[in-house]
Amino acid sequence: MNTWIERQRGLLDTTVANLRRRKARNLGLFMAYVLLVFLLASVVLFGDGMRREARLLLEVAPELVVQRLTAGRHDLMPAQWLERIAGLRGVAAVEGRLWGYHHDAAVGANLTLQVPKEAAPAAGRVHLGATLARLRGLAPGDVLSLRDHAGQPHAFVVEALLDSRSELVSADLVLLCEADFRAFFGIGAGLYTDAALRVVNPLETRTVAEKVLARLPATRVISREEMRRTYDAVFNWRQGLPLMVLSVLLAAFALLAWDKASGLSAEERREIGILKALGWDSGDVLAMKLWEGALLSVLAFLLGYTLAWLHVYYAGAPLFEPVLKGWSVLYPRFALAPEVDISRIVSLALLTVLPYVAATLVPVWRAATLDPDEVMRE
Amino acid sequence: MALFSARRGSGLAAWLLAGSLACLLLVLVDASRMAEERTRERAHGRALVARVGLTDLALFNEARYTRHLSQADRHAAFQDHPGALEHFPAGSLAGPARPSP
Repeated sequence: MNTWIERQRGLLDTTVANLRRRKARNLGLFMAYVLLVFLLASVVLFGDGMRREARLLLEVAPELVVQRLTAGRHDLMPAQWLERIAGLRGVAAVEGRLWGYHHDAAVGANLTLQVPKEAAPAAGRVHLGATLARLRGLAPGDVLSLRDHAGQPHAFVVEALLDSRSELVSADLVLLCEADFRAFFGIGAGLYTDAALRVVNPLETRTVAEKVLARLPATRVISREEMRRTYDAVFNWRQGLPLMVLSVLLAAFALLAWDKASGLSAEERREIGILKALGWDSGDVLAMKLWEGALLSVLAFLLGYTLAWLHVYYAGAPLFEPVLKGWSVLYPRFALAPEVDISRIVSLALLTVLPYVAATLVPVWRAATLDPDEVMRE
Repeated sequence: MALFSARRGSGLAAWLLAGSLACLLLVLVDASRMAEERTRERAHGRALVARVGLTDLALFNEARYTRHLSQADRHAAFQDHPGALEHFPAGSLAGPARPSP
């Protein structure tokens, strides 16, 4: 066993000496490799984190939301419809929701004005999302002035700010009472934006949705599962623009690996020839090159993955912020909760380490099986 | 300690591998502490979702159909026709709505 270890150490010594000899070339390759793993792992960690965050936050969203459709567009729902839905077997409770958008010219952003189910602010007062408050420079006690549907200024006193730890769902939120909401948007009593349903048995959500559609065909029913799937689709199906950027790097690295795989430099071939002339057999040469590929790729993987982890969970993924931000003025501050997924780490490692090691071994095997005299004379 | 002497190439390689692995393990171990802390923070968001009856993340608020992705009209983000190029950058992240299976 000791002999075997000493032999491998000897091979590794030669490998490191080889790597040192072509320092600039290997360092360049190593940096490109680290960058590739870093970006790939960042996209995967960020996508996973966002998907998990959306799933866990929306776990307590309304089980079903029913929208009225008029000519294929979302329309206000009369209170009588809520009663008709409430009469369906399997429906535990129905609540009319009141929410709408307001373009705030002062910050050039769309605000979401909503009436909470419970603990609504007093008349003339609002609760503000922390992002909006930060952008407008507002604190509790200040006045938020917005123009209503008739163009008249409406002054609301900021009663409280929503917890900054909930920014991911409340960045642009303005909570107000029902009377203020109706006066601001000019929506008469007995009309709601949509309806939120609670079902008796969560396993029957789909059946209840079908019953709603049968009773009120001019509606669209959105289940909590669909809300979750929407965000799965956003973060899973297309992991966004980062992958587009990454694809360029992937292509460049593939080119580099292909270049390495397509043949060794004359210097490397001569080196193999000398080693064989000195008594090394083909197995030794292969083992040395295997060590070289493994050392380079395992180190690059460990470093790239660690950097990706720091980027996503410690630094808040600043590389992806501009992509997600788009033209959104009110971009929330949020931190993703990490989750160690061994299968993800293993699959990422296999995806990045194995192809490189394989690509370097093929040409070495070809050279290692040649006669040393022939290799050196080339 | 002579086994891991950095004078030999193999010793240097072992030190580099052990160092990188230790760094990765350290951040992974710290993950449980961080996850616990951020799960507590998430509780505030969940409480708000339950209290107000929210349905979407407030990530893309540049347009009404990107603010509430799950509530937007079918093909709202692609008003000319499904799959048309979107005007807003967020549109590149959200695909056209698909009917439920």
